Amino acid sequence: MTTAVTVPLATVRDLVYLLAIAGFILALKGLGSPRFARRGNQLGAAAALLAVAMTFTLPTLRHSGKNLVLALIAMVLGAIVAVPVARMVKMTAMPQLVAIFNGVGGGAAALISIIELLHLHSMGEKPAVYVTAEVLLGVLIGSVSFSGSAIAFVKLQELITGRPITYPGQQVINALVGVAIGALLVVALVTGNIAFVFVILGLALVLGLIFVLPIGGADVPVLISLLNSFTGLAVAASGFVLDNNLLIVAGTLVGASGIILTRLMSSAMGRSLPNILFSAFGAVITATGGEAGDASRSVRTGNAEDVGVLLAYARKVVIIPGYGLAAAQAQHTVRELADALTAKGVDVSYAIHPVAGRMPGHMNVLLAEANVPYDELEEMDEANAEMSTTDVALVVGANDTVNPAAHTTPGSPIYGMPIINADEAQNIIFLKRSMRPGFAGIDNELLYNSKTTMLFGDAKDTLQKLVAAVADA
Amino acid sequence: MIGAGTVLAQVAGGTGIVEYLTIFVLAAFVGIEVVSKVPSILHTPLMSGSNAIHGIVLVGALSIMGDAHGTAQLILGFLAVFLATLNVVGGFVVTDRMLEMFKAKPNERAVAQTNTAQTSEAKDTGEQA
Repeated sequence: MTTAVTVPLATVRDLVYLLAIAGFILALKGLGSPRFARRGNQLGAAAALLAVAMTFTLPTLRHSGKNLVLALIAMVLGAIVAVPVARMVKMTAMPQLVAIFNGVGGGAAALISIIELLHLHSMGEKPAVYVTAEVLLGVLIGSVSFSGSAIAFVKLQELITGRPITYPGQQVINALVGVAIGALLVVALVTGNIAFVFVILGLALVLGLIFVLPIGGADVPVLISLLNSFTGLAVAASGFVLDNNLLIVAGTLVGASGIILTRLMSSAMGRSLPNILFSAFGAVITATGGEAGDASRSVRTGNAEDVGVLLAYARKVVIIPGYGLAAAQAQHTVRELADALTAKGVDVSYAIHPVAGRMPGHMNVLLAEANVPYDELEEMDEANAEMSTTDVALVVGANDTVNPAAHTTPGSPIYGMPIINADEAQNIIFLKRSMRPGFAGIDNELLYNSKTTMLFGDAKDTLQKLVAAVADA
Repeated sequence: MIGAGTVLAQVAGGTGIVEYLTIFVLAAFVGIEVVSKVPSILHTPLMSGSNAIHGIVLVGALSIMGDAHGTAQLILGFLAVFLATLNVVGGFVVTDRMLEMFKAKPNERAVAQTNTAQTSEAKDTGEQA
């Protein structure tokens, strides 16, 4: 020891963890603007790397060769799987990817709690009640998040139907499982018997599954954001178990962010969170959906040439994209159209509904992928303020998010949902595959509006024809 | 009632638990404050970025791995480290890939680049002089 001052290694480690906490907060703060977001995320990654590296200075890990080697192998394997998946996944598949990464995080948090419990048990210690409480919370929230995310993944990947799955007595069964878990939590806390923890683990996995099954369609974005929040809280619970401030803060930051996003999403859909989670929205309406495509009413069908002329001589065009745009992989073609119009001196912008796409903000990512500059992406309120001075509203693969029934029909399932007021524009062009209703399964009055022209067909084909028509105009 | 009270006292009586709860509550307020300033255009990167941040559970998985004894604990620990690594590595990589795509209008970018170019030119000249 030649240094005059020696700082215990544990203190250094805690200080590095504190640095990582600051890095994570700055990473989230960076997301306040597209300009700084990437740098913020890189700072967050560096903070995580630093914290993980510092963890290897733990004496317990350093001095147990077998454990150290196993940990390193597990990390290398994890990185080998994660990097290619993260680099190659299609942007349209982003919701599934977030769901699965979220699920594995929840699973890891649950496992940590279980191992800690086994460890204490094998040492012959009867854990203090507060330790049991922390462990139980970690197991419960982590497992619900794990199995819930797994089912959300399977639904989004369309391995099973994306629609709500319902069966008789569903809510009663869910409630019973919830009550059983609650009762077991109390019993496990009072008796301190670890056998109950495994029963709770099993029931929690079931709860995650049956909780997610009845949630489908457009409600899934809200669900993913809620599950993200759950995993954050499970990680915070692990932090309590392991006496680790870094996990407590990082987990809580994410828990809070998930809850905020969930609230923003549900208000963007004009519905309450309980309604989204428990009402199996869309399931019942599909059954009565036969009347939706009312054949007796006529719509005006146009051709690409005329619409091309209309667009080319407009002053101001607003493009309103929906998930249909992404499904047709037409985000690049829509940008070509926008470029062609801009070249003709037309003022083009995009109006993005907060729930357009399949996760919060999904449409912005898809358009950014097609090199649309973010300054042309307008949020709903901005776009609505300018709608009455807009010559053409071009609706591409969107439906429910422009349905005026949200304002005019009190009985409608989407009544009260904030929408993009495409009906206020001078002309409305709908690019749609058919007259089929959207996720909410309801008819759209705007299709029959006298200002509306329909262009049926695959969005990508139609857009290509429009690009050509604009060039000729 | 006495029973419940005792349990509560024991729950709260743990060493440091109140300090940890304090940190938890303060972190919740910081999280709400910071996240409510994120514009809706960045909500998907926010979700995947915050997803990556909870991947720091890897630190927990590693430290529990240090304590693991016996086959069962080692297997579970291995699994925990593997899952947490997927979460943290995949989360940060995919978020970076998304944020890379968010670009300002080309003309503004060009202006910014010209500015930097000019500055570096000026610096070069300065150095030469």
